[in-house]
Amino acid sequence: MTAATTTLSGPPASRKGPSFYLTREHHPEDGTLLGFWIYLMSDCLIFACLFACYGVLGRNYAGGPTGAEIFELPTVATNTAILLLSSITYGLAMVDVHEERARGAMAWLAATGLLGCAFLGLELKEFFHLVGEGAGPTHSAFLSSFFTLVATHGLHVTFGVIWLVTLMIQVVRNGLDPVVRRRLMCLSMFWHFLDVVWIGVFSFVYLVGVQ
Amino acid sequence: MSAKTLSAHNSNEPTATRREYFTGFALAAILTAIPFSLVMCHVISGGAAATVILALAAVQVVVHMIYFLHMNSRVEGGWSLMALLFTALMVGIVLVGSLWVMHNMEVNMAPMPAMPASP
Repeated sequence: MTAATTTLSGPPASRKGPSFYLTREHHPEDGTLLGFWIYLMSDCLIFACLFACYGVLGRNYAGGPTGAEIFELPTVATNTAILLLSSITYGLAMVDVHEERARGAMAWLAATGLLGCAFLGLELKEFFHLVGEGAGPTHSAFLSSFFTLVATHGLHVTFGVIWLVTLMIQVVRNGLDPVVRRRLMCLSMFWHFLDVVWIGVFSFVYLVGVQ
Repeated sequence: MSAKTLSAHNSNEPTATRREYFTGFALAAILTAIPFSLVMCHVISGGAAATVILALAAVQVVVHMIYFLHMNSRVEGGWSLMALLFTALMVGIVLVGSLWVMHNMEVNMAPMPAMPASP
C-alpha cells in the first residue's frame, strides 16, 4: 500500500510538448462526457418504459398482496437515505479529484462503495423476504412489474459498484491522470443518474403504491 | 503542474464546489423527508397524496439535475440540455401515452368480472 500511496501523490506527467500544428478544433476535444450523457438518456428511456409498465399493471393484484400490504416504508426510507448519502460522498470525491487530492478522493469513493453495498444488501433482503412470503415476481402482474423495475435499478447500482471498485484500483495504479479523471466523471454522472431514477422509484412505486 | 494548466486542460469538466453539493443535499433531503413523513404519519392519502408526492418528486429531480449533475444550458455547448429535454419529452409521451391508452382500453372493455352468471 505504501508503494501505491507514493504513486498516488505524484502529479500526473505533463504530456504537452512543442506543437507545430493548429490546435484549435471545430468540435469539443473530448466528446466522451456528451456521449456518456446520451447513453444515460437512452437508459432513462428504458426506465421510462418500466415505469409505464408498472403504472399500467401496478394495481393488478390477481388476488395476491397489494402494495400497502407488502411495502415496508421504514426500509425504503433507509434505502433512500443511503442512496442520497452516497450521492453526496461521490460528489465530495469529485471535488477532491478536481483539487488533485487522491487520498481524499479514495476515501470518499470507498465510502460511496460501502453505501452502495448497504443499499444493495437492504434491497436483496427485501426481495428475499417478499419471495419467502410467497409474493415473488410470478404471483401477479403488479409484482412482476415491481420486481422488474426495482431490480433493474438494483442491477444498475450493482454494476456501478463494480465500476467504482475498478476505478479505485486504477486510481491506485495510475494516480489521477486525465484518463482516470474522465472515467470518474462518467461514473459520477451514472451514480447521480441512478439516484434520480430512485426518486421515481420511491415516489411512484412505494409512496404512491401504499395509497 | 500549476492550477492554470490544469484548468486549461480540464476546461470541459464541470467544476463543482462543496457548497454546491451541500446545498443540493440539503434540498434533496428536505424534498425526500416531506413525502415520507406525510405518508408514514398518515397526514394525507388517496389521490391528493399521489399528486403531492409526484409533484415533490418532480421538484427533487430538478434539484438533482442542477446540483448533482450540474446541468445548465452551457454544458457541452447546450447539447446536454437538448438531449435532456428531448428525453423528457419522450419519457412524457411513453408514460402519459401508456397510461392513457391502457386506461381507455380498460374503460371500454366489457366488465367481465362484474357480469352475473347467465342462467
